[in-house]
Amino acid sequence: MSSGMPLLAIVILPFIGSLIAAMLRQNARNGAVFLAGGIALSCTILTALQYPAVRNRGVLRIGVEWIPTLGLDFSMRLDGFTWLFAVLVTGIGCLVVLYARYYMSPADPVPRFFAFLLAFMGAMMGIVLSGNLIQLVFFWELTSLFSFLLIGYWHHNASARDGARMALTVTATGGLCLLVGVLLIGHIVGSYDLDQVLSSGDQIRNSPLYLPTLILVLLGALTKSAQFPFHFWLPHAMAAPTPVSAYLHSATMVKAGIFLLILLWPVLSGTEAWFYIVVSAGLCTLLLGAYAAIFQQDLKGLLAYSTISHLGLITLLLGLSSPLAAVAAIFHTMNHATFKASLFMAAGIIDHETGTRDIRRLSGLFRFMPITATLAMVAAAAMAGVPLLNGFLSKEMFFAEAAAFHIDSLLDHSLPYFAMLASAFSVAYSLRFIHGVFFGPPATNLPRTPHEPPHWMRFPIELLVAVCLLVGIVPAMTIKPFLSTAVYAVLGPNTPYYSLAIWHGFNEPLLMSVIALVSGIVLYLLLQGYLAKGVEGPPLVRRLKGQRIFERILVEVSWRWARSLERLFGTYRLQPQLRLLVAFAVVAALWPLYRFGLAMGSHQGTALDPAFLLLWIVGGLCAIGAAYQAKFHRLAAMVLLGGAGLITCITFVWFSAPDLAITQLLVEIVTTVLILLGLRWLPKRFEGEGDALSLGSRVRRGRDLMLAVAAGSGMTLIAYAVLTRPLPDTISRFFVEKAYSEGGGRNIVNVILVDFRGFDTFGEIVVLAIVAVTVFSLLRRFRPAPESVEAPEQQREQNAHDSASPDRAVGDTLSDYITIPGIIMQWLFPAIGLVAIYLFLRGHDLPGGGFAGGVTMSIALILQYMAGGTRWVEARLRVLPIRWMGLGMLCAAATGMGSWLFGYPFLTSFFQYLTVPGIGKVPAASALLFDLGIFAVVVGATVLILIALAHQSVRAPRIARPPLPAATDMMKEDV
Amino acid sequence: MELILALAIGVLTGSGVWLLLRPRTFQVIIGLSLLSYAVNLFIFGMGRLRVGAAPVLENPDAVDPSLYADPLPQALVLTAIVISFAMTALFLVVMLASRGLSGTDHVDGREES
Repeated sequence: MSSGMPLLAIVILPFIGSLIAAMLRQNARNGAVFLAGGIALSCTILTALQYPAVRNRGVLRIGVEWIPTLGLDFSMRLDGFTWLFAVLVTGIGCLVVLYARYYMSPADPVPRFFAFLLAFMGAMMGIVLSGNLIQLVFFWELTSLFSFLLIGYWHHNASARDGARMALTVTATGGLCLLVGVLLIGHIVGSYDLDQVLSSGDQIRNSPLYLPTLILVLLGALTKSAQFPFHFWLPHAMAAPTPVSAYLHSATMVKAGIFLLILLWPVLSGTEAWFYIVVSAGLCTLLLGAYAAIFQQDLKGLLAYSTISHLGLITLLLGLSSPLAAVAAIFHTMNHATFKASLFMAAGIIDHETGTRDIRRLSGLFRFMPITATLAMVAAAAMAGVPLLNGFLSKEMFFAEAAAFHIDSLLDHSLPYFAMLASAFSVAYSLRFIHGVFFGPPATNLPRTPHEPPHWMRFPIELLVAVCLLVGIVPAMTIKPFLSTAVYAVLGPNTPYYSLAIWHGFNEPLLMSVIALVSGIVLYLLLQGYLAKGVEGPPLVRRLKGQRIFERILVEVSWRWARSLERLFGTYRLQPQLRLLVAFAVVAALWPLYRFGLAMGSHQGTALDPAFLLLWIVGGLCAIGAAYQAKFHRLAAMVLLGGAGLITCITFVWFSAPDLAITQLLVEIVTTVLILLGLRWLPKRFEGEGDALSLGSRVRRGRDLMLAVAAGSGMTLIAYAVLTRPLPDTISRFFVEKAYSEGGGRNIVNVILVDFRGFDTFGEIVVLAIVAVTVFSLLRRFRPAPESVEAPEQQREQNAHDSASPDRAVGDTLSDYITIPGIIMQWLFPAIGLVAIYLFLRGHDLPGGGFAGGVTMSIALILQYMAGGTRWVEARLRVLPIRWMGLGMLCAAATGMGSWLFGYPFLTSFFQYLTVPGIGKVPAASALLFDLGIFAVVVGATVLILIALAHQSVRAPRIARPPLPAATDMMKEDV
Repeated sequence: MELILALAIGVLTGSGVWLLLRPRTFQVIIGLSLLSYAVNLFIFGMGRLRVGAAPVLENPDAVDPSLYADPLPQALVLTAIVISFAMTALFLVVMLASRGLSGTDHVDGREES
């Protein structure tokens, strides 16, 4: 375990750094740089130090079980290949941080930039070091997300926003495909563990699910690596700051797709499907990218297309399925990262120092910045595959592989020619980059006078170019041991013989190289005239714009389809929706009845009691009455509703549910108060107005009645069918048996709530608190309808009576009318409060508990409001319901977390009986504290809701907005 | 008794559904309350009906599960009662706000044309 700890640190450190950087002040430029640089450097060193562990075919692992039943573990894994990639990611990360220090303008919020960059680096390391495929996909999507944020860093810029959105849409969609593909792999192999997957190659290739798996995984990898036909997002991603382009869009993120292809190469490659899909995607990308790169006018655009083309080359190599080609692919991945990152940085310097990236405007920069120019030339030569540079070595290997024989097909036979063509293109665009920018007459009309950049800005390029040269000249002494470790990690015993040398004698690849170099130079000379015209976009395929197609699809799916679906299935009216919902529920319940028939059970029910029958005759009449009266007689409907509620409550008592009965009764009271408070703001409606029902509404009513009857009788049937069946053995038995021995309470319902299912209850009180706060905030901006603003009619009559009587002051009747009940209610406060505490305390052993106690307490408070009026109460008592809620939730959460201190899971309860002098033995369970939290939240939430509503009548009415013209018309009809 | 309770659930559901489909917000709020009674009784009924067997342990040392009514549906319903109060409150306030803003108590925020 301990040997794997650095792996965890390498992944976690960047995220921690990102969080810290995100909290720095916007102008803490140097702080952010030192933080990011320090973290990147320590990650690099940590990674480099792991080399001895992987050198001799070793694999480092660290795993933490997460959901073992689903095969989901958090595991890290490092072998020779992933080590090489990890060094690449962290090492270039260091250089990019240093470069960005000078590149970013002081006006930009630099800490945010480094926060994103570090988080991206962490996500990238997460991909590279994942030992579990699901985890890999998770980090994969994280890189898409941070790439989105980094591309859109200059979000005031429309092209940055569009580019970011496009990159995210394409790569994240690919990521989703990858997820499904990985799930399929997991299904085939039976595990997501990378080691197990890697050892099940035959099983995967022979599975009937191989093809869909392959296609889905390839969709993920090809979108990420900007392969044809998904390549179009990469040039648009160039709207990002140049350090981002250098890091994400040349060296690392786009290589994630390649990384995945190499990682899964041993298990997925070697089939015809793999060959045809991967080779043709790679070949198209290689040719199109290189061709388009020649004709770019933007320096970064040229580099972007060249990146696409090189990624195509690597993909093509991997598609060939031969071990030698895989070696070439790994080698070229490294080489490309070094020369392309340095070229991007050079392009950034040119942009930074001259103010433009347009090749048409740039010229003759060599005399202004000779050192940068030389460095760029070397890097570009590496890109073109000139001997003595690292690009040459991997290109030779590529030519050798292209010329070799793989699968007897036209595609395979034509490969050498395409390879030479693409290589010639790459020579041409490299020449254009160098010749167009650094040579020729000195540029005029540049936004800034160019000069050499600060030395430390150039330093990363110097380092990378030195690497290009060293690897190119003495490969055996530099890259070879690392490369062979990496290659062996991927290929294992299939590792072929290969030689890294500059000179292999006069052979086929050398000939191809020479042809490519010469024809590239000739091509560039021939194109001089055309290029001088400065036309945007490559000829012939100018009209083929992936971006245009992408946008059209996007509009089609997210706009047209969505609109027509909404037109088809949507409505702005609530009733049809509810009607559909109820009808659907009825049909869904009827369907099994229709198929399997309905048989009543044989369970011996409880004996009929006439009193109960009478009770529910009243209850049923109440319910129907409420339904009948709710339109015109709201108060009556409310009373009837209360009646039905009371009878429900009695039913609970009858059938041995005292806890439910208490809670129901108390909640019934607060609900009544609540609705009463709301009634005042509803419009008056009198029976007899607009009584003539139209045919349409008659039909609607008939239909609704039928639906209601159907729903009601359906529920009766189902309820009866269940009630007459014997109760099977359920988990309730466990609760009953363990309530006392493990929960320490006799009231099983309460023990379930605060102990066994405590976490659910915790969620429940949080919901309650959220509702209360929502109600409160909705009411803060409450505007009553204009006609409800003035005092209610009854109050006005009372006031008129007062002012008419000489011995009464206005408001006397209002304050007098419940004087005696009011005083009684005030006296009741301590009594009800005591009942609340009593209910709460006995809850664990007898019916009661936090919910019941809490509602009782809030009733005590509300009664004071009703008796004395809002102002009277608030002059004497500050209730502070929000604090009640907050403290209650804290109390419940702290009780739950308390069990961590003793090494138990969240909300494990503890109890024992304590002897308190004078009282005797009292149960003391930690669940009581949790229940106290429930109590406080319920008090706070209930009181907050009711008081907020009650306050609306007291406060000065907000001046109602002039109603919209349409609304006025409607109101005329309404009144 | 089972039949009576089943019928009661049916009547409550029917009245609730009828009100749910009405156009006035107040009708809907009463309907939802009736419906929540029905649902609570239904869930409660899933534990079957027992008279005089409240799930409060008499003698905690020798527990016989067959002596007590099923506590689990009761625990579920208890929280459901409190949550349905919260729902009623939220709906009431939304209804009032909508009435204030749109000038009508129609569920769609505008009268049918």
